[in-house]
Amino acid sequence: MDFQPTEDQRDLRAGVRDLLAGRYGRDALRASVDSGVSVDRALWRELGEAGFFALRLPESEGGVGLGLPEAVLVFEEAGRALVPGPLVATHLAAGVVPGAAAGTAVVSAFDLGGPLVAHLGDADAVLGASGVPAGEPVRSVDPLTPLHRVAVAGDCSAHREEGALLTAALQLGSALRTVELAVRYAGEREQFGQPIGAFQAVKHLCARMLVRAEVARTAVYAAAVTGDAGEVAAAKLLADEAAVRGARDCLQVHGGMGFTWEADVHLHLKRAWVRSEQWRTAAQAEELLAQELLGSAG
Amino acid sequence: MDLTYTEEEQDFRARLRAWLAKVLPELPAAPSPDDWPGRRAYDLGWQRRLYEAGYAGLHWPVDAGGRGATPTQHLIFLEETERAGAPYVGANFVGLLHAGPTIAAEGTAAQRARWLPPVLRGDEVWCQGFSEPDAGSDLASLRTRAVRDGDDYVITGSKIWTSHAEVADWCELLVRTDPAAPKHRGISWLAMPMDAPGVTVRPLRTLAGSTEFAEMFLDEVRVPVTDRVGAENDGWRVTMVTLSFERGTAFVGEVVACRRTLGELARRAKADGRWDDPVLRRRLGRLYGEFGALWRLTQWNVSEAERSAGGVPGIGGSVFKLAYSHARQELYDTAAEVLGAESLDLEQGWVLDRLSSLSYTIAAGTSQIQRNIVAERILGLPKGR
Repeated sequence: MDFQPTEDQRDLRAGVRDLLAGRYGRDALRASVDSGVSVDRALWRELGEAGFFALRLPESEGGVGLGLPEAVLVFEEAGRALVPGPLVATHLAAGVVPGAAAGTAVVSAFDLGGPLVAHLGDADAVLGASGVPAGEPVRSVDPLTPLHRVAVAGDCSAHREEGALLTAALQLGSALRTVELAVRYAGEREQFGQPIGAFQAVKHLCARMLVRAEVARTAVYAAAVTGDAGEVAAAKLLADEAAVRGARDCLQVHGGMGFTWEADVHLHLKRAWVRSEQWRTAAQAEELLAQELLGSAG
Repeated sequence: MDLTYTEEEQDFRARLRAWLAKVLPELPAAPSPDDWPGRRAYDLGWQRRLYEAGYAGLHWPVDAGGRGATPTQHLIFLEETERAGAPYVGANFVGLLHAGPTIAAEGTAAQRARWLPPVLRGDEVWCQGFSEPDAGSDLASLRTRAVRDGDDYVITGSKIWTSHAEVADWCELLVRTDPAAPKHRGISWLAMPMDAPGVTVRPLRTLAGSTEFAEMFLDEVRVPVTDRVGAENDGWRVTMVTLSFERGTAFVGEVVACRRTLGELARRAKADGRWDDPVLRRRLGRLYGEFGALWRLTQWNVSEAERSAGGVPGIGGSVFKLAYSHARQELYDTAAEVLGAESLDLEQGWVLDRLSSLSYTIAAGTSQIQRNIVAERILGLPKGR
């Protein structure tokens, strides 16, 4: 047993981190918030060229031929960078919807468990529905996740496990990023003549954030390795919590600054809220785990 | 990232499982928790069996009398013994997990030859004399003094929360040998025989009603200078070696046990209808997910240790301990919810476990201290004034 990333996996993660830092850094993120453009088609194609969507397609079909563990590491980086757009749905559509693998198509999904669909306005296709249904725009809590209310119902349960796992990976990246943001701010911001990070109350907030993120990390990686439905549910549950509570704690560490539009913290929190509702909610994950527990108890 | 076990590891597991199936039915009944002589005999008897079968000191280095097993083999050992319901390490905890590894890492050849074999054979029990009434979380502020007198140290002071003190033969004792030095620099690590004149042990009752630990009073106790492990005034560093072992490996069997307990809770809740309560059901489901993740975190940490030199667990143990100790308390609070008013009956096994779980966020470094460690040493936040 060697439950650590291989050298190739570490290199892949580092490569994606570099790519995203260059292509979608903080300035790009704020520019898309200001412009309201959530899906940048040029970026989408570049992600496609880098293998983001075709990662798990066999090489014979023009893919990269890697597996869920690699996909999870890549999506963790996308979550860290807060890349907007229906990344998970487009990845799942690779090989099914023409253009998805290459990033020339944008694919959304009926993954919110009700009449709301994200990124409908940009979508060339929607997983779980034939064609792109009409929808009424809704004022979305997340400035980079536009939502529409649609009249038809869609079913994308065939993709539920993988969708939940990859979304958990995005949450994990966001959770780890908010730990970094909180720690950096706590080390710089001075009050009472010293960095606030020297105060135990602040330290403990940061330590709790890290503990939640690290537990979520092993849950996500393990689920990617085993593909077990219960482990995927646990990964989603723990990663949702690490991302949402991590962003809230990060906001608290930032004090008044954390309550401003200018700080990035709210973007992490709002995206984490959206992802918590996608593919598998906490309640659904807990029910699934409960059934599995009862089954294991015989 | 790979969670499959190698053929060699699977062989090891199969042989261990077969041995456990043969030997466990022959074990005598476990003594009552308050029968300390009985517990000592029982725990040492189990240790002797492990020794005879070649499983003693599995993770110890070969030159210290151990088997030099990989961290993964040690993980399998702890997992399988817990699954099979084998006795817990019990009274041998300090010897096998603290004092032994410390002596193996820091002791002289003579010290290793004197102290390590009896621990492995199940002949001698060790206890830990670290904490003091005024030095618990701030362990380095300890005040028990050791003054050189010829070839001896003369020790005066007191220790507290000393587990297994009543039945121990030896104590790994931290003493202040240089009161003038900065507090971390004037400490030495001594091996003290518990029957030395001047040692008085007074059992303390825990809130669970049992006597798990004791106070220890030291009145001019003489310990030969040759029984000091490591250099004089270097005891803090020696102690850090000990604690890194404790935080890395102490809870593997318990995670397995907690997952089994969850299964029993689910069965019981199903049988008495409480399973239909979605709030309780979801809580149990969440805990099942959490303990599954904690098991994976254990495998992660073990794999990391296996890749690192010497297999000494890293600081990630603090992350694990923080998450685990709180999850364990949550587990037994949930058990009380399943039991309802039955949770007031001490005869229900889960109730004593609930009480004992309260120590997990305190013992071996409180959660507050662990969070400071995580914040300062992992996250690099500044130390407070």
